[in-house]
Amino acid sequence: MHLDHDHSHHGAVSADAHRPDGTRRALRIGLGGPVGSGKTATVAALCRQLRDTLSLAVVTNDIYTREDAEFLLREAVLPPERIRAVETGACPHTAIRDDISANLEAVEELEDAVGPLDLILVESGGDNLTATFSRGLVDAQVFVIDVAGGDDIPRKGGPGVTTADLLVVNKTDLAPHVGSDLDRMARDAAAQRGDLPVAFTSLRSAAGVGPVADWVRARLAEWTAVPAPAPAG
Amino acid sequence: MSRSALLVLADGRFPAGGHAHSGGAEAAVKAGRLTDAAGLEAFCRGRLHTVGLTAAGLAAGAAAGLDPHELDAVADAQNPSPALRAASRRLGRQLMRAARAAWPDPGLDALAAAFPRGAHQPVVLGTAARAAGLGPEDTAHCVAYETVGGPATAVVRLLGLDPYQATAVLARLAPEMDEVAARAATAARQGVDALPAASAPLLDITAEQHAAWPVRLFAS
Repeated sequence: MHLDHDHSHHGAVSADAHRPDGTRRALRIGLGGPVGSGKTATVAALCRQLRDTLSLAVVTNDIYTREDAEFLLREAVLPPERIRAVETGACPHTAIRDDISANLEAVEELEDAVGPLDLILVESGGDNLTATFSRGLVDAQVFVIDVAGGDDIPRKGGPGVTTADLLVVNKTDLAPHVGSDLDRMARDAAAQRGDLPVAFTSLRSAAGVGPVADWVRARLAEWTAVPAPAPAG
Repeated sequence: MSRSALLVLADGRFPAGGHAHSGGAEAAVKAGRLTDAAGLEAFCRGRLHTVGLTAAGLAAGAAAGLDPHELDAVADAQNPSPALRAASRRLGRQLMRAARAAWPDPGLDALAAAFPRGAHQPVVLGTAARAAGLGPEDTAHCVAYETVGGPATAVVRLLGLDPYQATAVLARLAPEMDEVAARAATAARQGVDALPAASAPLLDITAEQHAAWPVRLFAS
């Protein structure tokens, strides 16, 4: 859905690329994937890698607690005012796909409160292999799986594995211990995804998130290369 | 009047944030007061005839063209729970977003500009209904239905309640929803001073407690 009619000056309705004052809004990147695959750890590592050069913020979608937000706060990856938790009513995929209103509130409130921002990471609550983000909420999405979840997940496909703008296969350090074949995962992912990229990560070292951070920087470069939209009205 | 517009607005899939709220059902389930379909029916009946009637009056008033600023002040005065007031304004903001996409309208634009932090949800709902060409009675029906539909969906998730039983509860309550909607719409036509002001103190108290829980499935 693209809404290009004039919404006057009182706030964008959906994924408009500009803020009510006509400036470019932050790039929004969603991170989804099954429970325990390392979404929050990836977000934390990205914050540590990018926070010195970019103005960024995080929205978490916890399923039944504020634990993900509190983990990020405890790890002090960002100042507390740059982290917001959205409550999802037992349905994390609804909040990122079918009814994105609470998440849009959160990203816009962050831009109002601590902006201008370059980048907002929107982390989904852990869900299943069909959970994807609405294009009304994020500009690009990362799907995080891990080698310990079974090396047949890329072969099985599903919307997250097949269509995410970046597939992250995390915990590669565990592969020998759980009998996962990384080459097979790479082949299966390529077969499912065509030209879409795949990053293999291990977050045991600080540099482990590097491929994901590089991909995020490239998306941001594309986002800012487009001339800023004309101010509204 | 458009009957189909009413269906769009009243649909649980209308993306206005309601799915994350239980209408107090989560607190009632945790306290052991709501354990089965009969408990859901009693809970929904209580909600419908108290906060449901009150919210329906406000929304019907907005749909009838009463001053939304006055209605918003009434909503504040009727609601003693800070947690519920905050939830109502937040849901009002979320509903405003969906309503402006669905029914672009100067009345909605003006309300959004006047309340950048969100007007109360029933006031936004009534203004949205007006933008959609709906009258006070249809609007009140929409509120009556969402007053009980939200908790029913939440209880299916919270208790694993048989969804057919939950739906049967809603169907049994339909005549009472009609009564509540008619009362609310009649009052709204008589002006702000005639609006119903029924309340549910236990919902207010448990909403405050629920807002402080560290672990919960629903936002309210």
